[in-house]
Amino acid sequence: MSILLDNTTRVIVQGITGREGQFHTRNMIAAGTNIVGGMTPGKGGTTVEGVPVFDTVEEAVQATGATASCIFVPPPGAADAIMEAASAGIKLIVCITEGIPVIDMTRAMLVVHEYGARLIGPNCPGMCTPGHGKIGIIPYQIFTPGPIGFISRSGTLTYEVVALLTEAGLGQSTCIGIGGDPIIGSTFVDYLKLFEEDSGTKLVVMCGEIGGSDEEDAAEYIKTMSKPVVAFISGRTAPPGKRMGHAGAIISGNTGTAQGKVAALQAAKVPVADTIFDIPAMVKEALA
Amino acid sequence: MKIHEYQAKDILARYGIPIQPGRVAFTPEEAEEIARELGGPVVIKAQVYVGGRGKAGGIQFGDTPEEARAAAAKVLGMNIKGLTVEKVLVISKLDIKEEYYLGIILDRKSQAPIVMVSKAGGIDIEEVAATTPEKIIKQTIDMRWGLRPFEARDILARAGLPHQVIAKGGAILTALAKAFIACDASLAEINPLALAADGQVLAADAKILIDDNGLYRQKEYASWAESEESNPLEFEAKQEGLTYVKLDGNIGVIGNGAGLVMTTLDMVARVGGEPANFLDIGGGAKAEIMRKALTFVARDPQVKGILVNIFGGITRGEEVARGVIMAQEDLPKGMPIVVRLSGTGAEEGKELLKQHAGLDWGKDMREAAQKIVATVGRGQ
Repeated sequence: MSILLDNTTRVIVQGITGREGQFHTRNMIAAGTNIVGGMTPGKGGTTVEGVPVFDTVEEAVQATGATASCIFVPPPGAADAIMEAASAGIKLIVCITEGIPVIDMTRAMLVVHEYGARLIGPNCPGMCTPGHGKIGIIPYQIFTPGPIGFISRSGTLTYEVVALLTEAGLGQSTCIGIGGDPIIGSTFVDYLKLFEEDSGTKLVVMCGEIGGSDEEDAAEYIKTMSKPVVAFISGRTAPPGKRMGHAGAIISGNTGTAQGKVAALQAAKVPVADTIFDIPAMVKEALA
Repeated sequence: MKIHEYQAKDILARYGIPIQPGRVAFTPEEAEEIARELGGPVVIKAQVYVGGRGKAGGIQFGDTPEEARAAAAKVLGMNIKGLTVEKVLVISKLDIKEEYYLGIILDRKSQAPIVMVSKAGGIDIEEVAATTPEKIIKQTIDMRWGLRPFEARDILARAGLPHQVIAKGGAILTALAKAFIACDASLAEINPLALAADGQVLAADAKILIDDNGLYRQKEYASWAESEESNPLEFEAKQEGLTYVKLDGNIGVIGNGAGLVMTTLDMVARVGGEPANFLDIGGGAKAEIMRKALTFVARDPQVKGILVNIFGGITRGEEVARGVIMAQEDLPKGMPIVVRLSGTGAEEGKELLKQHAGLDWGKDMREAAQKIVATVGRGQ
C-alpha cells in the first residue's frame, strides 16, 4: 500500500515537449509510472516518448482518463497550468516549477480548492511510491519499497536521507517533497493524515526547515496520531530575515526558527535528529 | 526585494494615495533647493534599507531652506546600523493630529494577502502585535475580487478610526490592496497613515517589499535594486544568478539544493566550524557554474577553506570535479577545498580530483565537514 500514487494511476505531463518535460517523462516511464499523455499548447497531435500530446488538459483528460498531472511549465504560465489541471478534473497535481510569483499562487489555490484537487508543490521534486513509479524528478533508483512514509520541504536533502534509510534497510511506502515556497498546495499535516490512514505505512520521517509554521502545526497533529514520527529540521545556523534558497525558507521576526520547530516537535514527543545520520537509528528504535 | 521609502511612496502615489510633496536629495545643496521649492518647514529622512531610522537620528527637521541644508548635511553620510546614508527624502512637514497603521502581508496559512489595521500607528507594529494584539484588526483579501471599498471601510470602522477618516482612509486602503496585488508585493505598509490638523489623510511613511519571483514582470521595480553596503557580494550574486547568502564564519559552503546546503551549514557548525556563506548551485549545474561558484565564494576575504557538498542526480559528479579543478587557477594559492560527491558520476569525479594536490574529499557530508574544519581551524 501507499498514498496518492500507484502503478494504475493515469498521469499526464504538462509541458511535455520542453527539455525538462521530455527528459523527466522518459525517467518517469522507466520508473514504471503509467504516463498516458502530455500537453503543450500548439503541439497537439504529436507524440513524445511514445505518448500522445494534446493542446489542452481537457482534451488529454477526455482522451486518456488521466487523474494526475505533472507540471513542468515555466513560472509565467505555471499557476495557469495548475488552474487548467484542476478545472479539467485532475485530482492530483504535482507542480515542479520553481519561481512562481506568490500572488499567482494565491489565485491558483482558490481554483484548486474549488475543484477539490490536491496540489503537491510548487517548487518541489515531486513524489514517488517505490515499486510503482514516480511523479516528478526524484531519482528513483535510491528508493526501495518498505513501511516508511517520507515527507520533506526540500529536494536533494530528501535524496540524502532516503539514501541513508535505504542503506540501513529501511524501505519507503511513499515519499513526497512538499515544496519550498511560502504557499504550497498541501502541508505536512495533510500528508501525515494520509500516512496515518495508510496500511502500508508504519512510521513517518518528516524533514522540515526554517520558515512558516507548518512544522509546529504538524507537531500538534502528531499528538493525535497512532503512528510514530521521526523529524529533522534544517537551518539551525540560518540568520533571520534571509531567504535561504527556498522562497519559503526565511525567519521573520520570531517565527519560523529551527529552534522553535524543534521545541514544538519535542513537546509533542517526536524524536528530532540532530544530524541526518542519526535518523536511521531513531527510526529503528521507534519501530522496535 | 527591498525598496526605499521614497520609491514605495512613488508607487502609492501612482495608485492615487496622497503623500507629502517632496523628492530625494543626494547633497545638502539639493536638499536646500527642494526645501525652497516646497516652501515652509520640511522633514529630512534618511533613505536606507533598515527600520529604526528615527531613533538613530536619521530623521531631522528644518524650518528654513538653510536649516534643511544643515539637517541634510547631518544625515547624509551618517551610519545607521552599518549602512551609510547616501540619499535623503526631503518632504513638507506635516502637522499630524493622529497616526494609524495600515498594512498588507502575504499570509502563508490563509494562502492569501491579509490586511491589518490598527488605531495605534507610528510605532512598531510587531510590538503592538506582541503586547496588545486586540488593537489590530485583520482580514484576509478574497483574491477573486481583491479588497472591495466597502470591506476597506468596514475594517477601518472596526479598528475604531474616527468618522472623518473612514471615507478617505477606506479609499487609501483599497488603493493599497490594488497596489499590493499589481506590484507583486509581499508586504506593503503605511505607518503611519496620518490625519493632519487640516483634515487631510495621507501616507506619512511607507514600506513595500517586492516578491523576488515577481521581478521578471516588474521590470521597473527590478531596476531599483541596489547593493546594500553591508552586503555587496549578495547583490552581485543576485545579478549573476547565484543563490548566495553571506554569513559570518570562515568556511565557504557550496551545494546543490537549498535544503541540502542549509543542512551542510548546520553540519559544519555541528563539528565545530563556522560557515561563511550559503551557496546553492541548483540542479544540473555544469563545470562552468561550479567554477563560478567557487571563485565567487573565495572573494569573501574571511573564507579560509571551502566545502563542496553535492548529491549527484541531474548534477553529475565529474562535472563538479572538473569545475573544481578549473577553479584552481582563479583561487588564492593553497585555498583548501574538500569535495563530497555522491550519486551520479561520483566515482569519475573522485578519480579526477585525486590527480590534483590540495583537493580532498569526504565519503559523506559529516566526514567532509570534519576534514575542512580540521584544516581551517575553528573560527577566528
